[in-house]
Amino acid sequence: MQQIEFDTKWTMVVDIDKCSGCGSCMVSCQAENNIAPMEDGSNKLKTLTWMLVYELNNGKEFPERESAYLPRPCMQCGNPACVPVCPVVATTKDEEGGIVSQIYPRCIGCRYCMAACPYHARYFGWFDPIWPEGMEKALSPNTSTRPRGVVEKCNFCHSRLMDARARARAEGMDPNKLPDGWYKPACLEACPTGAISFGDSKNPEHKVHDLIKDKNAFRLLESIGMDPQVYYISRRDWVREQSDNHLPKDKH
Amino acid sequence: MDRNLFPEGVTRCGLPKFSLWMAFVAIFFLWGAYAAVVIFANGIGVTGLDNYFGFGLWITFDLAVIALGAGAFFTGFLKYILKIDQLKNIVNLAVIIGFLCYSGAMLILTMDIGQPIRAWFGYWHPNVHSMLTEVIFCITCYCVVLLIEFIPLILEQKQLNKIPFVHHFAHHLHVNMALFAGIGTFLSTFHQGSLGGMYGVMFGRPYAFRDGFFIWPWTFFLFVLSAVGTGPIFTVLVCTLIEKMTGKKLVEYKVKALMGKIAGSMLCLYMFLKIIDTWAWATGYLPSVGLTFDEMFYGNIYGKWLMWVELGLCGLVPAIMMITPSIRKNPALLYTAGILACVGVSINRYVFTVQTIAIPVMPFDTWEFYAPNWAEWTTCGMIVAYGVLVLSLCYRYLPVFPSEIKLNSKQS
Repeated sequence: MQQIEFDTKWTMVVDIDKCSGCGSCMVSCQAENNIAPMEDGSNKLKTLTWMLVYELNNGKEFPERESAYLPRPCMQCGNPACVPVCPVVATTKDEEGGIVSQIYPRCIGCRYCMAACPYHARYFGWFDPIWPEGMEKALSPNTSTRPRGVVEKCNFCHSRLMDARARARAEGMDPNKLPDGWYKPACLEACPTGAISFGDSKNPEHKVHDLIKDKNAFRLLESIGMDPQVYYISRRDWVREQSDNHLPKDKH
Repeated sequence: MDRNLFPEGVTRCGLPKFSLWMAFVAIFFLWGAYAAVVIFANGIGVTGLDNYFGFGLWITFDLAVIALGAGAFFTGFLKYILKIDQLKNIVNLAVIIGFLCYSGAMLILTMDIGQPIRAWFGYWHPNVHSMLTEVIFCITCYCVVLLIEFIPLILEQKQLNKIPFVHHFAHHLHVNMALFAGIGTFLSTFHQGSLGGMYGVMFGRPYAFRDGFFIWPWTFFLFVLSAVGTGPIFTVLVCTLIEKMTGKKLVEYKVKALMGKIAGSMLCLYMFLKIIDTWAWATGYLPSVGLTFDEMFYGNIYGKWLMWVELGLCGLVPAIMMITPSIRKNPALLYTAGILACVGVSINRYVFTVQTIAIPVMPFDTWEFYAPNWAEWTTCGMIVAYGVLVLSLCYRYLPVFPSEIKLNSKQS
């Protein structure tokens, strides 16, 4: 499929060295996106964690051991593996900004997109979403809930993009040229250490425009050519090394 | 009691014995049907599938039975298009097995997709870039073609065939069978290929991804060849099993040996290309994305032994056995080769389905394990039971084997 180049590129940059692994981003994501609590969430391979924090380590024993935490939203790939495989066009990358959509009422739940995504960014609704009594009053009004049996994933809190565009229109501005900071995903707002930055990487007025050019910036699995819109920054060599696969002779 | 329904000139066991057999198989069918009700009521969260293993036993089972059901299209192609007349004695069985495999696979898919009532979206909102779209179109169309090929056999049932309209209708369907065989060959070749293509296009999954020709990755062609290399011999194995169970000779051994020769030839071609493909993948593609051959395997469950068994014991060995005339002429050795080949193609479908998604692509990710649970096993059992039930009914009441009377009168 032809890769579409957009004028706006919503980009997330995560400074891994600032991430404490607290999981606030995961919790705020679940609240913002109306993810129902599971009765038995002990099997972590069946829970819905659109934003998931991975723990990395340098493979050494104490006292040389170091850890790092890597929050993983959907990478909103420029060349997504999931989009061309969907048999029913339930996931697309065709909107200005480059967010990979997931159309819940269209999805048949075949899970081919999940098999195709090496980041494990896609999740399946294995069970009916049930909110304990009273909790349904706290649902986000702007985020649609999903039935069981469809695939769901991070969409950079797309409803917040809609809100920001509406605000721009109301103030007589171009909704496709949002000022920096007008559109912020929930994970960014909840992060206590400011590890997450977000904006349009094609707009020089946005902070992420420069952040992605940082010498320590990298993306996950660049070698397989999926062109993610999520960048990471770490000043530690061993962390950057784990961003992709390397042959033994190429390792430091 | 039901003797008047038997095909002309054959003998069958008594109705009580047959009923007992059917009741025994029905237990497995009903057990799976219970699991299906639980799955439809509570969703597929009740299975052993999870977010790492969105594909599991069901998809493996589907791909394996579709490959093994390839005997229908390939035998039909050889019989009706290439006019290899000897195959007329086994083509009916091949068609029935094909129909059972495809309809069974579709029944499994209705459970496997999360939203079964949206299954028709595959037609209504097709994504022309998706290999799965092609699979959806071809499998459903081909299942209809198989039904059309199966119907004349049902209409040839002794009592039904006495109705003049039914008799003529069946005759005309027979006359035009070459047309349906041709359509079936076209449809089946494409979706066998697209099932392989489904994996080959997943460029985020280094175990499965392959380059290819135009829009088709090499797995497209390999899946077609592995299916035609095992489908015909699977038909022979089923035929032999029916013979052993009924104590009758149903198909001449030389027809079975011919099917073995056909399967063996295709399997040899497949193995030649598969070994080249595996070599190119291991030494060319994997290093290009920073991975090694060793990193594709882990522990016992995902060990290299699976690959050696698939390519060696269940690939090269049966291929050579089936093309060697002296081995092929020995029934026990031909059947052994057939079983090995069928196991080999099933392992191939398993590793492409499960190992592909088990391998951690992100370096900090971990290998995860998948074990199908009772809901998946029993529903697969239900499909096998469905096949056994229909096949039992066909054997008892339909003229499936044209040479049965001749072969058994000779014996007596």
